[in-house]
Amino acid sequence: MANGNFIWNVGRKYFAAGVIGLAISDRYASLMAVRGSSMAPTFNPYERKSSRSVSDDYVLVEKLCLGKYEFVRGDVVVFRSPSNYKEKNVKRITALPGDSVHLPSFDTVRIPSGHCWVEGDSSACSLDSRSFGPIPLGLICGRITHVEWPPQRMGKVDSGVSEDRLPFTT
Amino acid sequence: MTTTAKLLQFARQWKSTAKEMLGHTIVLAQFFSLLHLTENYICSPTLVYGPSMLPTLNFTGDVLLVEKMSTLLGKVAPGDVVLVRSPENPRKTITKRVIGLEGDTVTFLVDPARSDRSHSLVVPKGHVWIQGDNLYASHDSRHVGPIPYGLLLGKVFYRVWPPRDFGPLGQ
Repeated sequence: MANGNFIWNVGRKYFAAGVIGLAISDRYASLMAVRGSSMAPTFNPYERKSSRSVSDDYVLVEKLCLGKYEFVRGDVVVFRSPSNYKEKNVKRITALPGDSVHLPSFDTVRIPSGHCWVEGDSSACSLDSRSFGPIPLGLICGRITHVEWPPQRMGKVDSGVSEDRLPFTT
Repeated sequence: MTTTAKLLQFARQWKSTAKEMLGHTIVLAQFFSLLHLTENYICSPTLVYGPSMLPTLNFTGDVLLVEKMSTLLGKVAPGDVVLVRSPENPRKTITKRVIGLEGDTVTFLVDPARSDRSHSLVVPKGHVWIQGDNLYASHDSRHVGPIPYGLLLGKVFYRVWPPRDFGPLGQ
């Protein structure tokens, strides 16, 4: 009987910890691994083909920005892919509602209200707004503020926009 | 009684108070976390109003129960009333009916008030086509196009207010 009681107590403690942890990661902040090289100079700068899992960067995703959905140009965000809701992508916001983005084909895209333009830092191997257009801000599920792993690159993510992104006017 | 003994007693008392407070905090945190999880993953009440879903939902305001499991598992079918994060203002949510899923062909009237010109298209991958029940006063996919599935927040399944309409919401 005492044994069963002990197991019950341990189980209850683990359950409580799990529930609190999940709620914190939903509401405030969570850790996430970034895969792929589409954000290359910022995350995963050295792509190693043999041991891919070793070179993954772990980043801190802040969720408090979801209360008001206020973003600035240069924020790195996690969002659900518009073509597959189970997939999450990491890209940088380069233009906000009201801006006009000039495409290489001399077209101009005006970003509708409640949308934003996202681009990867390495434009050569990134699937982003240049192929699927502006995305609704409602798809965003967090902002990346810090790199946590590997330790030699630990620190804040700078919000500078890379040079080769598409030009825009406000 | 010496000062050291007094201090020790004080420390012991303080320790037990701190322990008790920690226990209370954990219970409180657990309660709020469970509330948050229920609200986000199981079901939550929502107040909706507006003319776009007449005659299914009232103009003046209904309280609906929104179930979150079926959107998370991808079990949304055409005909379901869903709660959607508005693509034009992420701070707002709207209630509409799903007309078509990815790959479906939808046909809709472009401007039902003035002409019966219709238009049809195939819903792209990962998107859904949503429309209000009141075609004349609804701002929906006919204006903003198909919306990404990721904007769906939940499926409306029960109405709790007003009391005369209490009951499950049909197709």
